[in-house]
Amino acid sequence: MAIDFDTIAAISTPPGEGGIGIVRLSGAEALPIAEKVYKMGKKSLSAQASHTIHYGNIFHPQTGDKIDEVLVTVMREPTTYTREDIVEINTHGGIHVTNKVLQAVLSAGARLAEPGEFTKRAFLNGRIDLSQAEAVMDVIRAKTDRAMHNAISQLDGNLSELIREIRQEILETLAHVEVNIDYPEYDEVEQMTTQILKEKTQEAKAHLEQILETAQQGKILRDGLATAIIGRPNVGKSSLLNAFVRSDKAIVTNIAGTTRDIVEEYVNVKGVPLKLIDTAGIRETEDEVERIGVSRSRKAIDEAELVLLIFDQNQKLIEEDFELLDLTADKERLIILNKIDLEQKLDLNKLKEKLGDEAIISISVTEEKGIQEIENQIVDLFFTGQTGEKDATYISNIRHISLLEGAHQALEEVLEGIELGMPVDLVQIDLTRAWNKLGEVTGDAVQDELITQLFSQFCLGK
Amino acid sequence: MERYEAGNYDVIVVGGGHAGVEASLASARMGEKTLLITINIDKISFMPCNPSIGGSAKGIVVREIDALGGEMGRNIDKTYIQMRLLNTAKGPAVRALRAQADKESYSTEMKKTIEETENLDLKQGIIDELIIEDGKIEGVVSNTGAVYRANSVVLTTGTSARGEIIIGELKYSSGPENTLPSVKLQENLDELGFEMARFTTSTPPRIHKDSIDYSQTEEQPGDKEPNHFSFETADEDYLPLEEQYSCWLTHTNLDTHQSIYDNLDRTPTFTGIIDGVGARYCPSIEDKVVRFADRNRHQIFLEPESANTSEMYVQGLNTSLPEEVQIEVLQSVRGLENARMMRTGYSIEYDVIKPYQLQLNLESKHVEGLFTAGQTNGTSGYEEAAAQGLVAGINAALKNKGKEPFVMKRNESYIGVMIDDLVTKGTIEPYRLLTSRAEYRLLLRHDNADLRLTDFGYELGLISEERYAEFNKKKEQIDAELERLKTVRITPNQVVDYLEEKGENQLKDGILAYDFLRRPYVSYEDVEAIYPPEEELTKAGKEQVDIHIKYEGYINKSQRQVDKVKRMENKKIPKNLDYTEVNGLATEAVDRLSLIEPETIAQASRVSGVNPADIAILSVYVEQGSYDTIEK
Repeated sequence: MAIDFDTIAAISTPPGEGGIGIVRLSGAEALPIAEKVYKMGKKSLSAQASHTIHYGNIFHPQTGDKIDEVLVTVMREPTTYTREDIVEINTHGGIHVTNKVLQAVLSAGARLAEPGEFTKRAFLNGRIDLSQAEAVMDVIRAKTDRAMHNAISQLDGNLSELIREIRQEILETLAHVEVNIDYPEYDEVEQMTTQILKEKTQEAKAHLEQILETAQQGKILRDGLATAIIGRPNVGKSSLLNAFVRSDKAIVTNIAGTTRDIVEEYVNVKGVPLKLIDTAGIRETEDEVERIGVSRSRKAIDEAELVLLIFDQNQKLIEEDFELLDLTADKERLIILNKIDLEQKLDLNKLKEKLGDEAIISISVTEEKGIQEIENQIVDLFFTGQTGEKDATYISNIRHISLLEGAHQALEEVLEGIELGMPVDLVQIDLTRAWNKLGEVTGDAVQDELITQLFSQFCLGK
Repeated sequence: MERYEAGNYDVIVVGGGHAGVEASLASARMGEKTLLITINIDKISFMPCNPSIGGSAKGIVVREIDALGGEMGRNIDKTYIQMRLLNTAKGPAVRALRAQADKESYSTEMKKTIEETENLDLKQGIIDELIIEDGKIEGVVSNTGAVYRANSVVLTTGTSARGEIIIGELKYSSGPENTLPSVKLQENLDELGFEMARFTTSTPPRIHKDSIDYSQTEEQPGDKEPNHFSFETADEDYLPLEEQYSCWLTHTNLDTHQSIYDNLDRTPTFTGIIDGVGARYCPSIEDKVVRFADRNRHQIFLEPESANTSEMYVQGLNTSLPEEVQIEVLQSVRGLENARMMRTGYSIEYDVIKPYQLQLNLESKHVEGLFTAGQTNGTSGYEEAAAQGLVAGINAALKNKGKEPFVMKRNESYIGVMIDDLVTKGTIEPYRLLTSRAEYRLLLRHDNADLRLTDFGYELGLISEERYAEFNKKKEQIDAELERLKTVRITPNQVVDYLEEKGENQLKDGILAYDFLRRPYVSYEDVEAIYPPEEELTKAGKEQVDIHIKYEGYINKSQRQVDKVKRMENKKIPKNLDYTEVNGLATEAVDRLSLIEPETIAQASRVSGVNPADIAILSVYVEQGSYDTIEK
């Protein structure tokens, strides 16, 4: 459930425009939360005058890692957009860094803003004219629909399954605690001791940590720009893939989709996450000179938001090359000419004629030439907004991460409570919170779920 | 039937069960001329099922009723024959009292209270019809033709509402305990267009206490330490343990289960004779045996029904099996081999008004001035019924006085949780309060029910000046003591022996008494021994100080959650809002909201099928000030 008027945060700059990214916080806790992630001279942010700008650094509140050098704008209510305290953190831009700053303020206690929520607050706080109410509602609806669509499509099937498992474990524990409370006279149910609760919590926490670790490395959450590497056999697709992978050691994994055979890998190119489509296909077919399934390429192209179309400079253009050019004509694409270290057999004029103004990037993967240029082009593409739809994806993943972190934090508080000698039914408050947060990730918040569990797990009577 | 004018009242309450008595007492005490009319005035506040009051969550509700000036707490304190504090080994949020009631004196005491209450008439009679004019209630008509007129009517017809008793293959029209059922009134409600559901509940057989072999059972005595439901009852009045009655524990066994299996073909729930929906938390023994087939035994508690009868209630053996099978089942249980069954267990099916048709003050959305409470609204349990009766009675009186309705929030009481659940979410089975239904249960404790609600009770005119003065004194004492403990320091020397005895590390520096009391092993009495206050606190006061300090972190955490939704809770939605005119609401949200007609934004957010974006849009729509409403 959306909570009214707690402190919210979001990236308020559209992705890909300009060199700075702004993370905006609004709400009564905006300043205290900003202070948890911001460090500079002696004076605290709270002590600063309204509508002033300050230089400093942003650190992650838990790990203490420095994230970025920033300028922070402090604006106090009521003369702000939302008529609440607002803090804006101006980062060096780039979705990656801005994203990290956002994550930091979420870890420090802000809640990720719902779509249109800043505007909604501005309105509810009397900032916006009444005549604009309709427009505000439209914005909320439009943004929500898109965000919801994305949030659902973003959650990996395996991940939801993992989270559901943890959630079910917690649910059983909760039901156990509840049955002890609501049916104290029943001797047929084992008492949930703090010892058992501790073990259960540690178990759930460990599972959650595994997910979080992978999530933070971008392994599991599908926050990448869907990218297909396309080309005839032996043009160097797998070499290019390997080149990407080599330069980005931290982030490679395979996630076999549960229902489809196409495998995806994730790489991070200068802060732009790429979801590489059908890498298995690339690897499999590379040795089989005989055939590449065009239908398979077609499928990958369909899914892709960015296509890297590779040609071999050492081979003549054939029908299949033109077919691929046609198939990708409507896509955001980079035309790559590989093997420039070898003899030129490809008719460049013929290719240019087909391409018109479109640029060609010449590379040699074996000599490691031109890879840099591809990376720069990808970054440019991403940040000039042509692939801006991906922003929503990013947000929904941050939402997942922040909810998972919230659940993790709640589990830690369970353990703290147990250490302090608190009774089971009190630490259970935090356990319930963890369970609710996980439910928000998977969208499973079934009414009376706990009560249903209670009566299916235990035989109870008055 | 010839009709005659039988009298004018401000409020009429139909039905003298646990809901009806609270409704009529509250209304009369608030100065409204009130009539309580019920089918059989020997059955006032009758307990047709288990002879007990309280238990987990329910016990807290009884305290809440008491803090609001209701009668249940006082009445059980006068008539219990055993008292126990449950969950003592757990945290303060889930402790609750449970009493074995002397069901006969519970009833006669309550009847006496009603008879002695000013402004309150008690009559025996069967109401057949409601008088409604222009969508507003005007009165009721009895089967003898008596026309009683009133501004408000509270219906608390319970399981009498088109009740049908089922035993094996037998099914007959009846209220609880073979009383007359209320049939014509239900037909009248059908005609008026109320949407009904059919629920069912069951009760176990009763056996003669002298036919039990107690040596085969385990004794379950009451508590020595005094406790009461009502904040008015003094410790001196506590029943000494030796005067309390014990309960006795035994178990079913595989022979019992076999008898049930052998007769499944004659079991109403399985043959389809019962069509009502039963509650999962109150299953019949045949249900338990079938659903949990892997269990070798189920608990059976033998509970005394009254000091004036030899009947024992066989808790855990709720059943509608054929009579001879009930005897077989009973006698298969250890200690009950020679049990003499005095009353046969039975199921009862009855009508329920689907509660989405109510407002949060328990007034019908369709008929102005008509209130409903208790099992009629789909709940189960005496305490749930009494709580709703109290709220309905209060609101009927407030309405007559032209005052704002009395609605408690989910963070204020279990009663508020229950009514919000019923109205906002509805219920598909008899609804029982459970602690897990309350999201802020740490705030809704049985020990602080008075602190939460006495102000409301006083404002409503249901708490005496004397009691209120005492309450305020308690509150001030607690506040003062909390402050004082922040000013005195405990030095390491003062607690050397104490800490050694507890096996804890010695203090290095002085520590505020307040912070010292945070430690789980330190009790208020320990601190008090070092720094006694000028005036000793009451037992309840000490308990408050201890809980407040020890669980402060958790209490604050819960309070922060409450604060976060406060604004949504306070944001009212205009009545009869035309949701189809709210641009951008999802279709499902329009349907659900139009049906439930939530009264606040927060309530709207709890309606199933309504998502956060709908809530955002709705709050903007409501805020912009001009909206369409529909004529009702």
